[in-house]
Amino acid sequence: MNSKSADRIASGIFYLIALIIILILVGLFYYILFNGLKNISLHFLTAPSSNIMAGGGIRDQLFNSFYVLFITMLIAVPLGIGGGIYMAEYAKPGKVTDIIRSCVEVLASLPSIVIGMFGLLMFVNLTGWGYTILGGALALTVFNLPVIVRVSEDAIRSVPRELKEASLALGITHWHTIKTVILPSAFPSILTGIILASGRVFGEAAALIFTAGLSTPRLDYANWNPFSATSPLNIFRPAETLAVHIWSVNTQGLIPDVEEVSSGAAAVLIISVLIFNLLARWIGSMIHRKITATK
Amino acid sequence: MVTATKERPVESKTVPSNRNQTILNVKNLEIFYGEKRAVNGISMAIEKNSVTALIGPSGCGKSTFLRSINRMNDLIPGARAEGEIIYEDLNILSEQINVVALRKEVGMVFQKPNPFPKSIYENITHALKFAGIRKKSELDKVVEESLQKAALWEEVKDRLYKSALSLSGGQQQRLCIARTIAMKPTVMLLDEPSSALDPISNGKVEDLIVELKKDYSIIIVTHNMQQASRISDKTAFFLSGDIIEYDLTEKIFTNPSMKKTEEYISGRFG
Repeated sequence: MNSKSADRIASGIFYLIALIIILILVGLFYYILFNGLKNISLHFLTAPSSNIMAGGGIRDQLFNSFYVLFITMLIAVPLGIGGGIYMAEYAKPGKVTDIIRSCVEVLASLPSIVIGMFGLLMFVNLTGWGYTILGGALALTVFNLPVIVRVSEDAIRSVPRELKEASLALGITHWHTIKTVILPSAFPSILTGIILASGRVFGEAAALIFTAGLSTPRLDYANWNPFSATSPLNIFRPAETLAVHIWSVNTQGLIPDVEEVSSGAAAVLIISVLIFNLLARWIGSMIHRKITATK
Repeated sequence: MVTATKERPVESKTVPSNRNQTILNVKNLEIFYGEKRAVNGISMAIEKNSVTALIGPSGCGKSTFLRSINRMNDLIPGARAEGEIIYEDLNILSEQINVVALRKEVGMVFQKPNPFPKSIYENITHALKFAGIRKKSELDKVVEESLQKAALWEEVKDRLYKSALSLSGGQQQRLCIARTIAMKPTVMLLDEPSSALDPISNGKVEDLIVELKKDYSIIIVTHNMQQASRISDKTAFFLSGDIIEYDLTEKIFTNPSMKKTEEYISGRFG
Protein backbone atom coordinates (compact mmCIF):
# COMPACT_ATOMS: atom_id res chain seq x y z
CA MET A 1 0.00 0.00 0.00
CA ASN A 2 1.54 3.29 -0.99
CA SER A 3 1.32 6.44 1.03
CA LYS A 4 -1.24 7.97 -1.26
CA SER A 5 -3.84 5.29 -0.71
CA ALA A 6 -3.04 5.18 3.01
CA ASP A 7 -3.77 8.87 3.10
CA ARG A 8 -7.01 8.33 1.24
CA ILE A 9 -8.14 5.60 3.66
CA ALA A 10 -7.25 7.73 6.68
CA SER A 11 -9.20 10.69 5.29
CA GLY A 12 -12.13 8.38 4.59
CA ILE A 13 -12.15 7.12 8.18
CA PHE A 14 -12.04 10.64 9.58
CA TYR A 15 -14.90 11.73 7.31
CA LEU A 16 -16.86 8.71 8.50
CA ILE A 17 -16.30 9.60 12.16
CA ALA A 18 -17.36 13.20 11.51
CA LEU A 19 -20.43 11.94 9.68
CA ILE A 20 -21.40 9.64 12.57
CA ILE A 21 -21.15 12.55 15.04
CA ILE A 22 -23.30 14.76 12.84
CA LEU A 23 -25.85 11.97 12.30
CA ILE A 24 -26.15 11.33 16.03
CA LEU A 25 -26.68 15.02 16.70
CA VAL A 26 -29.19 15.47 13.90
CA GLY A 27 -31.02 12.28 14.86
CA LEU A 28 -31.23 13.34 18.48
CA PHE A 29 -32.48 16.79 17.65
CA TYR A 30 -34.96 15.44 15.14
CA TYR A 31 -36.33 12.86 17.58
CA ILE A 32 -36.65 15.27 20.50
CA LEU A 33 -38.05 18.16 18.49
CA PHE A 34 -40.36 15.94 16.40
CA ASN A 35 -41.84 14.38 19.51
CA GLY A 36 -41.71 17.49 21.64
CA LEU A 37 -42.65 20.46 19.51
CA LYS A 38 -46.21 19.30 18.99
CA ASN A 39 -46.69 19.33 22.78
CA ILE A 40 -45.38 22.83 23.23
CA SER A 41 -48.04 25.48 23.37
CA LEU A 42 -48.38 28.79 25.13
CA HIS A 43 -50.51 27.00 27.70
CA PHE A 44 -47.77 24.40 28.25
CA LEU A 45 -45.19 27.13 28.88
CA THR A 46 -47.34 29.30 31.13
CA ALA A 47 -49.41 26.85 33.17
CA PRO A 48 -48.20 25.37 36.46
CA SER A 49 -47.54 21.65 36.46
CA SER A 50 -50.18 19.24 37.60
CA ASN A 51 -49.69 16.23 39.83
CA ILE A 52 -52.61 14.05 38.87
CA MET A 53 -54.55 15.58 36.02
CA ALA A 54 -53.59 15.87 32.38
CA GLY A 55 -52.86 19.22 30.81
CA GLY A 56 -50.27 20.55 33.26
CA GLY A 57 -47.54 22.92 32.09
CA ILE A 58 -43.93 23.63 33.00
CA ARG A 59 -44.04 27.33 33.89
CA ASP A 60 -42.40 27.03 37.31
CA GLN A 61 -39.87 24.41 36.19
CA LEU A 62 -38.73 26.59 33.31
CA PHE A 63 -38.37 29.59 35.57
CA ASN A 64 -36.59 27.50 38.23
CA SER A 65 -34.07 26.19 35.67
CA PHE A 66 -33.05 29.68 34.65
CA TYR A 67 -33.09 30.98 38.20
CA VAL A 68 -30.94 28.12 39.54
CA LEU A 69 -28.55 28.69 36.63
CA PHE A 70 -28.41 32.40 37.42
CA ILE A 71 -27.75 31.91 41.15
CA THR A 72 -25.14 29.21 40.45
CA MET A 73 -23.28 31.41 38.02
CA LEU A 74 -23.54 34.36 40.39
CA ILE A 75 -21.52 32.29 42.86
CA ALA A 76 -19.35 30.20 40.54
CA VAL A 77 -18.19 32.80 37.98
CA PRO A 78 -16.50 35.30 40.34
CA LEU A 79 -14.96 32.49 42.38
CA GLY A 80 -13.88 30.57 39.28
CA ILE A 81 -12.30 33.52 37.52
CA GLY A 82 -10.65 34.55 40.79
CA GLY A 83 -9.21 31.05 41.12
CA GLY A 84 -8.04 31.14 37.52
CA ILE A 85 -6.32 34.48 38.05
CA TYR A 86 -4.59 33.12 41.14
CA MET A 87 -3.42 29.96 39.38
CA ALA A 88 -2.20 31.78 36.28
CA GLU A 89 -0.73 34.97 37.74
CA TYR A 90 0.07 34.61 41.43
CA ALA A 91 0.65 30.95 42.32
CA LYS A 92 4.38 30.22 42.50
CA PRO A 93 5.28 27.06 40.60
CA GLY A 94 5.88 24.29 43.14
CA LYS A 95 4.38 21.52 45.22
CA VAL A 96 1.50 23.53 46.71
CA THR A 97 0.35 24.76 43.31
CA ASP A 98 0.54 21.22 41.91
CA ILE A 99 -1.59 19.94 44.78
CA ILE A 100 -4.17 22.69 44.20
CA ARG A 101 -4.26 21.83 40.51
CA SER A 102 -4.76 18.10 41.22
CA CYS A 103 -7.57 18.92 43.66
CA VAL A 104 -9.28 21.07 41.03
CA GLU A 105 -9.03 18.25 38.50
CA VAL A 106 -10.38 15.61 40.89
CA LEU A 107 -13.26 17.90 41.82
CA ALA A 108 -14.10 18.41 38.16
CA SER A 109 -14.30 14.68 37.54
CA LEU A 110 -16.56 13.74 40.49
CA PRO A 111 -19.88 12.19 39.44
CA SER A 112 -22.72 14.65 39.95
CA ILE A 113 -24.78 12.16 41.98
CA VAL A 114 -21.97 12.06 44.55
CA ILE A 115 -21.98 15.82 44.70
CA GLY A 116 -25.74 15.66 45.17
CA MET A 117 -25.25 13.38 48.19
CA PHE A 118 -22.59 15.71 49.53
CA GLY A 119 -24.96 18.64 48.97
CA LEU A 120 -27.70 16.81 50.88
CA LEU A 121 -25.40 16.46 53.86
CA MET A 122 -23.92 19.94 53.70
CA PHE A 123 -26.46 22.35 52.25
CA VAL A 124 -29.68 20.59 53.23
CA ASN A 125 -29.12 18.86 56.55
CA LEU A 126 -26.13 20.53 58.17
CA THR A 127 -27.37 24.04 57.43
CA GLY A 128 -30.95 23.08 58.26
CA TRP A 129 -32.25 24.90 55.17
CA GLY A 130 -34.07 21.90 53.75
CA TYR A 131 -34.39 21.72 49.96
CA THR A 132 -33.56 25.16 48.63
CA ILE A 133 -32.50 26.94 45.47
CA LEU A 134 -29.41 28.17 47.28
CA GLY A 135 -28.49 24.62 48.32
CA GLY A 136 -28.91 23.47 44.74
CA ALA A 137 -26.85 26.36 43.42
CA LEU A 138 -24.06 25.64 45.92
CA ALA A 139 -23.99 21.96 44.95
CA LEU A 140 -23.81 22.91 41.29
CA THR A 141 -21.06 25.39 42.12
CA VAL A 142 -19.00 22.55 43.58
CA PHE A 143 -18.75 20.77 40.26
CA ASN A 144 -18.72 23.82 38.03
CA LEU A 145 -16.13 25.82 39.90
CA PRO A 146 -13.20 23.60 38.86
CA VAL A 147 -14.21 23.81 35.21
CA ILE A 148 -14.35 27.59 35.32
CA VAL A 149 -11.06 27.81 37.26
CA ARG A 150 -9.37 25.61 34.69
CA VAL A 151 -10.78 27.45 31.69
CA SER A 152 -9.92 30.87 33.16
CA GLU A 153 -6.39 29.77 34.00
CA ASP A 154 -5.79 28.50 30.46
CA ALA A 155 -7.36 31.60 28.92
CA ILE A 156 -5.21 33.93 31.03
CA ARG A 157 -2.06 31.96 30.29
CA SER A 158 -2.64 32.18 26.58
CA VAL A 159 -2.72 36.00 26.60
CA PRO A 160 0.55 37.02 24.85
CA ARG A 161 3.31 37.87 27.32
CA GLU A 162 4.12 40.99 25.29
CA LEU A 163 0.82 42.58 26.27
CA LYS A 164 1.43 42.01 29.95
CA GLU A 165 4.98 43.37 29.66
CA ALA A 166 3.74 46.40 27.72
CA SER A 167 1.36 47.31 30.50
CA LEU A 168 3.82 46.66 33.34
CA ALA A 169 6.51 48.65 31.53
CA LEU A 170 4.19 51.67 31.56
CA GLY A 171 4.26 51.71 35.34
CA ILE A 172 0.97 49.93 35.85
CA THR A 173 0.55 47.56 38.78
CA HIS A 174 0.14 43.84 38.30
CA TRP A 175 -3.46 43.84 39.50
CA HIS A 176 -4.50 46.75 37.30
CA THR A 177 -2.80 45.04 34.35
CA ILE A 178 -4.81 41.90 35.04
CA LYS A 179 -8.05 43.88 35.22
CA THR A 180 -7.58 46.10 32.20
CA VAL A 181 -5.35 44.16 29.81
CA ILE A 182 -5.23 40.46 30.61
CA LEU A 183 -8.87 39.74 31.49
CA PRO A 184 -10.32 41.62 28.49
CA SER A 185 -7.99 39.66 26.19
CA ALA A 186 -8.90 36.37 27.86
CA PHE A 187 -12.60 37.22 27.91
CA PRO A 188 -13.74 35.29 24.80
CA SER A 189 -12.19 32.01 25.97
CA ILE A 190 -13.47 32.47 29.52
CA LEU A 191 -16.94 33.14 28.14
CA THR A 192 -16.86 29.94 26.09
CA GLY A 193 -15.98 28.02 29.25
CA ILE A 194 -18.80 29.63 31.17
CA ILE A 195 -21.28 28.80 28.41
CA LEU A 196 -20.21 25.15 28.44
CA ALA A 197 -20.51 25.06 32.21
CA SER A 198 -23.94 26.68 31.99
CA GLY A 199 -25.12 23.96 29.62
CA ARG A 200 -24.13 21.37 32.21
CA VAL A 201 -25.91 23.26 34.98
CA PHE A 202 -29.04 23.68 32.91
CA GLY A 203 -29.29 20.00 32.14
CA GLU A 204 -28.20 18.75 35.56
CA ALA A 205 -30.68 16.58 37.45
CA ALA A 206 -28.83 14.20 39.77
CA ALA A 207 -27.20 16.84 41.97
CA LEU A 208 -30.40 18.86 42.22
CA ILE A 209 -32.72 16.00 43.22
CA PHE A 210 -31.01 15.90 46.60
CA THR A 211 -30.50 19.62 47.09
CA ALA A 212 -33.19 21.72 45.40
CA GLY A 213 -35.88 19.08 45.74
CA LEU A 214 -38.71 17.73 43.61
CA SER A 215 -41.38 20.26 44.36
CA THR A 216 -42.12 23.92 43.89
CA PRO A 217 -44.38 25.86 46.22
CA ARG A 218 -47.28 27.80 44.78
CA LEU A 219 -45.63 30.84 43.24
CA ASP A 220 -47.01 34.29 42.75
CA TYR A 221 -45.08 35.91 39.89
CA ALA A 222 -46.33 39.35 40.87
CA ASN A 223 -44.56 39.05 44.20
CA TRP A 224 -41.02 40.35 43.75
CA ASN A 225 -40.05 40.38 47.39
CA PRO A 226 -37.22 37.84 47.54
CA PHE A 227 -37.92 37.14 51.21
CA SER A 228 -41.54 36.18 50.74
CA ALA A 229 -42.36 32.45 50.72
CA THR A 230 -44.47 32.66 47.57
CA SER A 231 -42.04 34.83 45.62
CA PRO A 232 -40.30 33.11 42.71
CA LEU A 233 -37.15 35.03 43.64
CA ASN A 234 -36.93 33.53 47.12
CA ILE A 235 -33.69 31.50 47.22
CA PHE A 236 -34.76 29.59 50.32
CA ARG A 237 -37.60 27.72 48.65
CA PRO A 238 -37.51 24.28 47.04
CA ALA A 239 -37.36 24.34 43.26
CA GLU A 240 -37.87 21.59 40.76
CA THR A 241 -35.99 22.35 37.56
CA LEU A 242 -36.90 21.26 34.07
CA ALA A 243 -34.36 18.43 33.99
CA VAL A 244 -35.50 17.17 37.37
CA HIS A 245 -39.12 17.43 36.24
CA ILE A 246 -38.45 15.23 33.22
CA TRP A 247 -36.90 12.64 35.49
CA SER A 248 -39.62 12.82 38.12
CA VAL A 249 -42.67 12.58 35.85
CA ASN A 250 -41.08 9.61 34.16
CA THR A 251 -40.23 7.74 37.34
CA GLN A 252 -43.01 8.68 39.72
CA GLY A 253 -45.54 10.68 37.74
CA LEU A 254 -49.22 9.95 38.26
CA ILE A 255 -50.42 12.14 35.41
CA PRO A 256 -51.92 10.39 32.36
CA ASP A 257 -49.96 12.57 29.90
CA VAL A 258 -46.44 11.66 31.10
CA GLU A 259 -45.27 11.07 27.54
CA GLU A 260 -46.46 14.45 26.28
CA VAL A 261 -45.16 16.41 29.26
CA SER A 262 -41.71 14.85 29.28
CA SER A 263 -41.15 15.07 25.54
CA GLY A 264 -42.40 18.64 25.52
CA ALA A 265 -40.17 19.51 28.45
CA ALA A 266 -37.19 17.85 26.76
CA ALA A 267 -37.73 19.95 23.65
CA VAL A 268 -38.02 23.13 25.71
CA LEU A 269 -34.83 22.20 27.56
CA ILE A 270 -32.87 21.73 24.34
CA ILE A 271 -34.24 24.87 22.74
CA SER A 272 -33.47 26.87 25.90
CA VAL A 273 -29.87 25.64 25.98
CA LEU A 274 -29.52 26.52 22.31
CA ILE A 275 -30.98 30.00 22.70
CA PHE A 276 -28.90 30.59 25.81
CA ASN A 277 -25.75 29.55 23.95
CA LEU A 278 -26.37 31.76 20.96
CA LEU A 279 -27.41 34.71 23.08
CA ALA A 280 -24.36 34.44 25.35
CA ARG A 281 -22.05 34.23 22.35
CA TRP A 282 -23.69 37.18 20.66
CA ILE A 283 -23.56 39.37 23.76
CA GLY A 284 -20.00 38.23 24.43
CA SER A 285 -18.79 39.16 20.98
CA MET A 286 -20.52 42.54 21.29
CA ILE A 287 -18.72 43.24 24.56
CA HIS A 288 -15.43 42.05 23.11
CA ARG A 289 -15.82 44.27 20.05
CA LYS A 290 -16.53 47.22 22.28
CA ILE A 291 -13.48 46.79 24.50
CA THR A 292 -11.12 46.05 21.63
CA ALA A 293 -12.55 48.82 19.45
CA THR A 294 -12.91 46.49 16.46
CA LYS A 295 -15.96 46.94 14.34
CA MET B 1 34.70 33.99 26.40
CA VAL B 2 38.31 33.53 27.47
CA THR B 3 39.72 36.13 25.11
CA ALA B 4 36.91 38.43 25.95
CA THR B 5 37.73 38.26 29.61
CA LYS B 6 41.39 38.94 28.89
CA GLU B 7 40.59 41.96 26.85
CA ARG B 8 37.97 43.09 29.28
CA PRO B 9 38.40 46.77 29.90
CA VAL B 10 38.58 48.05 33.42
CA GLU B 11 36.33 50.84 34.54
CA SER B 12 38.79 53.55 33.59
CA LYS B 13 38.40 52.56 29.96
CA THR B 14 34.83 53.82 29.93
CA VAL B 15 35.10 57.30 28.59
CA PRO B 16 34.26 59.87 31.21
CA SER B 17 32.41 62.65 29.52
CA ASN B 18 32.48 66.15 30.79
CA ARG B 19 30.15 67.69 28.31
CA ASN B 20 27.14 65.79 29.61
CA GLN B 21 25.57 64.81 32.90
CA THR B 22 25.25 61.18 33.83
CA ILE B 23 21.70 59.90 34.17
CA LEU B 24 22.42 56.26 34.96
CA ASN B 25 25.54 55.01 36.62
CA VAL B 26 26.05 51.28 36.33
CA LYS B 27 28.51 49.79 38.79
CA ASN B 28 29.67 46.18 38.72
CA LEU B 29 26.33 44.92 37.49
CA GLU B 30 26.02 41.15 37.43
CA ILE B 31 22.85 39.41 36.27
CA PHE B 32 22.08 35.74 36.77
CA TYR B 33 19.44 33.43 35.40
CA GLY B 34 19.45 30.75 38.06
CA GLU B 35 23.05 29.53 38.12
CA LYS B 36 23.96 30.98 34.75
CA ARG B 37 25.62 34.38 34.70
CA ALA B 38 24.41 36.48 31.76
CA VAL B 39 26.13 39.76 32.62
CA ASN B 40 29.59 39.70 34.21
CA GLY B 41 30.01 42.77 36.34
CA ILE B 42 29.77 45.63 33.89
CA SER B 43 30.21 49.31 34.68
CA MET B 44 29.23 52.23 32.52
CA ALA B 45 27.95 55.77 32.84
CA ILE B 46 25.00 56.66 30.62
CA GLU B 47 24.61 60.28 29.61
CA LYS B 48 21.56 62.42 29.88
CA ASN B 49 19.83 63.54 26.68
CA SER B 50 21.85 61.34 24.44
CA VAL B 51 21.36 58.10 22.57
CA THR B 52 23.41 55.18 23.84
CA ALA B 53 23.51 52.15 21.57
CA LEU B 54 24.19 48.64 22.86
CA ILE B 55 25.53 46.33 20.18
CA GLY B 56 26.82 42.78 20.18
CA PRO B 57 25.95 39.28 18.98
CA SER B 58 22.79 37.53 20.20
CA GLY B 59 23.03 36.24 23.74
CA CYS B 60 25.74 38.71 24.74
CA GLY B 61 23.67 40.14 27.59
CA LYS B 62 22.71 43.51 26.13
CA SER B 63 18.96 42.92 26.27
CA THR B 64 19.28 41.40 29.72
CA PHE B 65 21.10 44.53 30.83
CA LEU B 66 18.48 46.76 29.23
CA ARG B 67 15.63 44.91 30.93
CA SER B 68 17.32 45.25 34.31
CA ILE B 69 17.14 49.05 34.10
CA ASN B 70 13.35 49.05 34.48
CA ARG B 71 13.33 45.79 36.43
CA MET B 72 11.48 43.84 33.74
CA ASN B 73 13.71 40.90 34.64
CA ASP B 74 11.73 40.63 37.87
CA LEU B 75 9.11 38.81 35.81
CA ILE B 76 11.51 36.01 34.94
CA PRO B 77 11.61 33.34 37.62
CA GLY B 78 15.16 32.81 38.89
CA ALA B 79 16.57 36.04 37.48
CA ARG B 80 18.52 38.21 39.92
CA ALA B 81 20.89 41.15 39.68
CA GLU B 82 23.82 42.23 41.79
CA GLY B 83 25.74 45.48 41.79
CA GLU B 84 24.25 48.90 41.35
CA ILE B 85 22.45 51.03 38.81
CA ILE B 86 22.32 54.51 40.28
CA TYR B 87 19.51 56.77 39.10
CA GLU B 88 18.94 60.05 40.95
CA ASP B 89 21.01 58.84 43.91
CA LEU B 90 18.94 55.68 44.23
CA ASN B 91 19.96 52.14 43.42
CA ILE B 92 17.36 50.87 40.97
CA LEU B 93 18.16 47.28 41.90
CA SER B 94 17.41 47.80 45.57
CA GLU B 95 14.59 45.83 47.19
CA GLN B 96 13.08 49.07 48.48
CA ILE B 97 12.55 50.55 45.03
CA ASN B 98 8.92 51.03 44.06
CA VAL B 99 9.03 49.23 40.73
CA VAL B 100 5.77 50.76 39.51
CA ALA B 101 7.10 54.29 40.12
CA LEU B 102 10.44 53.38 38.54
CA ARG B 103 8.74 52.22 35.33
CA LYS B 104 6.99 55.56 35.01
CA GLU B 105 10.43 57.23 34.94
CA VAL B 106 12.09 54.57 32.82
CA GLY B 107 9.88 53.70 29.87
CA MET B 108 10.42 50.81 27.49
CA VAL B 109 9.61 50.00 23.88
CA PHE B 110 9.85 46.38 22.83
CA GLN B 111 11.18 44.59 19.79
CA LYS B 112 7.81 43.46 18.55
CA PRO B 113 5.18 46.20 18.39
CA ASN B 114 2.78 45.32 21.21
CA PRO B 115 -0.16 47.72 21.21
CA PHE B 116 -3.07 46.78 23.43
CA PRO B 117 -6.07 45.35 21.59
CA LYS B 118 -7.94 48.57 22.27
CA SER B 119 -8.48 51.78 20.34
CA ILE B 120 -5.54 54.02 19.42
CA TYR B 121 -6.82 56.59 21.91
CA GLU B 122 -7.13 54.04 24.72
CA ASN B 123 -3.65 52.71 24.05
CA ILE B 124 -2.29 56.05 25.18
CA THR B 125 -4.80 56.82 27.93
CA HIS B 126 -4.54 53.34 29.49
CA ALA B 127 -1.56 54.23 31.67
CA LEU B 128 -2.57 57.88 32.10
CA LYS B 129 -5.90 56.90 33.60
CA PHE B 130 -4.13 54.57 35.97
CA ALA B 131 -1.84 57.43 36.94
CA GLY B 132 -4.96 59.38 37.95
CA ILE B 133 -5.68 61.63 34.98
CA ARG B 134 -9.44 61.48 34.44
CA LYS B 135 -10.37 64.74 32.76
CA LYS B 136 -11.27 64.20 29.13
CA SER B 137 -9.81 67.52 28.02
CA GLU B 138 -6.49 66.72 29.66
CA LEU B 139 -6.40 63.20 28.22
CA ASP B 140 -7.18 64.57 24.77
CA LYS B 141 -4.31 67.03 25.10
CA VAL B 142 -1.77 64.40 26.13
CA VAL B 143 -2.95 62.00 23.40
CA GLU B 144 -2.44 64.66 20.74
CA GLU B 145 0.90 65.79 22.16
CA SER B 146 2.37 62.32 22.39
CA LEU B 147 1.13 61.29 18.96
CA GLN B 148 2.61 64.51 17.56
CA LYS B 149 5.94 63.76 19.20
CA ALA B 150 5.87 60.22 17.87
CA ALA B 151 5.17 61.65 14.38
CA LEU B 152 1.97 59.66 14.14
CA TRP B 153 -0.69 62.32 14.70
CA GLU B 154 -1.23 63.24 11.06
CA GLU B 155 -1.73 59.58 10.13
CA VAL B 156 -4.20 58.66 12.87
CA LYS B 157 -5.99 61.84 13.95
CA ASP B 158 -9.15 60.85 12.08
CA ARG B 159 -9.27 57.33 13.44
CA LEU B 160 -8.35 57.66 17.10
CA TYR B 161 -11.19 55.40 18.18
CA LYS B 162 -10.35 52.62 15.73
CA SER B 163 -8.49 49.54 16.91
CA ALA B 164 -4.73 49.97 17.25
CA LEU B 165 -4.38 46.57 15.59
CA SER B 166 -5.63 48.10 12.33
CA LEU B 167 -2.39 50.10 12.07
CA SER B 168 0.63 48.93 10.10
CA GLY B 169 3.60 47.47 11.98
CA GLY B 170 5.56 50.72 11.76
CA GLN B 171 2.61 52.77 12.94
CA GLN B 172 2.03 50.33 15.79
CA GLN B 173 5.62 50.73 16.92
CA ARG B 174 5.34 54.53 16.83
CA LEU B 175 2.12 54.20 18.82
CA CYS B 176 4.05 52.17 21.40
CA ILE B 177 6.62 54.95 21.51
CA ALA B 178 3.82 57.52 21.83
CA ARG B 179 2.23 55.78 24.80
CA THR B 180 5.63 55.62 26.48
CA ILE B 181 6.18 59.34 25.82
CA ALA B 182 2.74 60.09 27.28
CA MET B 183 4.01 58.97 30.68
CA LYS B 184 6.77 61.61 30.45
CA PRO B 185 9.63 59.32 31.41
CA THR B 186 13.20 60.55 31.74
CA VAL B 187 14.84 57.45 30.31
CA MET B 188 13.58 55.42 27.36
CA LEU B 189 14.76 51.88 26.78
CA LEU B 190 14.38 50.63 23.24
CA ASP B 191 14.88 46.92 22.65
CA GLU B 192 15.55 46.54 18.90
CA PRO B 193 12.57 48.80 18.20
CA SER B 194 12.76 48.65 14.43
CA SER B 195 14.00 45.14 13.75
CA ALA B 196 10.49 43.98 12.84
CA LEU B 197 9.81 46.93 10.53
CA ASP B 198 10.25 47.63 6.84
CA PRO B 199 12.98 50.12 5.80
CA ILE B 200 10.63 53.11 5.45
CA SER B 201 9.06 52.58 8.87
CA ASN B 202 12.53 51.96 10.23
CA GLY B 203 13.68 55.32 8.86
CA LYS B 204 10.74 57.07 10.52
CA VAL B 205 11.46 55.42 13.86
CA GLU B 206 15.14 56.41 13.59
CA ASP B 207 14.29 60.05 12.83
CA LEU B 208 11.97 59.95 15.80
CA ILE B 209 14.66 58.63 18.13
CA VAL B 210 17.07 61.41 17.14
CA GLU B 211 14.28 63.93 17.73
CA LEU B 212 13.39 62.42 21.10
CA LYS B 213 16.84 62.70 22.62
CA LYS B 214 16.24 66.42 23.19
CA ASP B 215 13.83 65.45 25.94
CA TYR B 216 14.85 61.96 26.94
CA SER B 217 17.87 59.84 27.61
CA ILE B 218 17.66 56.90 25.25
CA ILE B 219 19.28 53.51 25.44
CA ILE B 220 18.80 51.36 22.38
CA VAL B 221 19.70 47.74 21.74
CA THR B 222 20.26 47.11 18.06
CA HIS B 223 21.62 44.49 15.72
CA ASN B 224 21.80 46.98 12.93
CA MET B 225 25.29 48.53 12.77
CA GLN B 226 24.19 51.31 10.42
CA GLN B 227 21.40 52.19 12.78
CA ALA B 228 23.77 52.43 15.73
CA SER B 229 26.19 54.61 13.79
CA ARG B 230 23.42 56.83 12.42
CA ILE B 231 21.53 57.65 15.57
CA SER B 232 23.66 57.06 18.65
CA ASP B 233 26.09 59.33 20.44
CA LYS B 234 27.88 56.58 22.29
CA THR B 235 28.08 52.90 21.66
CA ALA B 236 28.84 49.97 23.96
CA PHE B 237 29.99 46.70 22.45
CA PHE B 238 28.88 43.67 24.46
CA LEU B 239 30.35 40.20 24.15
CA SER B 240 29.55 37.20 26.34
CA GLY B 241 28.28 39.34 29.19
CA ASP B 242 31.13 41.85 29.19
CA ILE B 243 31.47 45.32 27.78
CA ILE B 244 34.42 45.09 25.43
CA GLU B 245 34.41 48.72 24.49
CA TYR B 246 32.32 51.76 25.35
CA ASP B 247 33.10 54.98 23.59
CA LEU B 248 31.84 57.72 21.32
CA THR B 249 29.98 56.13 18.43
CA GLU B 250 32.20 57.83 15.90
CA LYS B 251 35.30 56.34 17.48
CA ILE B 252 33.81 52.84 17.80
CA PHE B 253 32.89 52.75 14.13
CA THR B 254 35.98 54.43 12.69
CA ASN B 255 38.80 53.62 15.03
CA PRO B 256 37.92 51.10 17.72
CA SER B 257 40.58 50.38 20.32
CA MET B 258 39.73 46.71 20.65
CA LYS B 259 40.37 44.13 17.96
CA LYS B 260 37.16 42.26 18.86
CA THR B 261 35.10 45.40 18.30
CA GLU B 262 36.61 45.95 14.92
CA GLU B 263 36.01 42.34 13.95
CA TYR B 264 32.38 42.54 15.05
CA ILE B 265 31.46 45.80 13.37
CA SER B 266 33.15 44.78 10.16
CA GLY B 267 31.01 41.63 10.22
CA ARG B 268 33.71 39.07 10.76
CA PHE B 269 31.73 37.34 13.51
CA GLY B 270 28.50 37.64 15.41
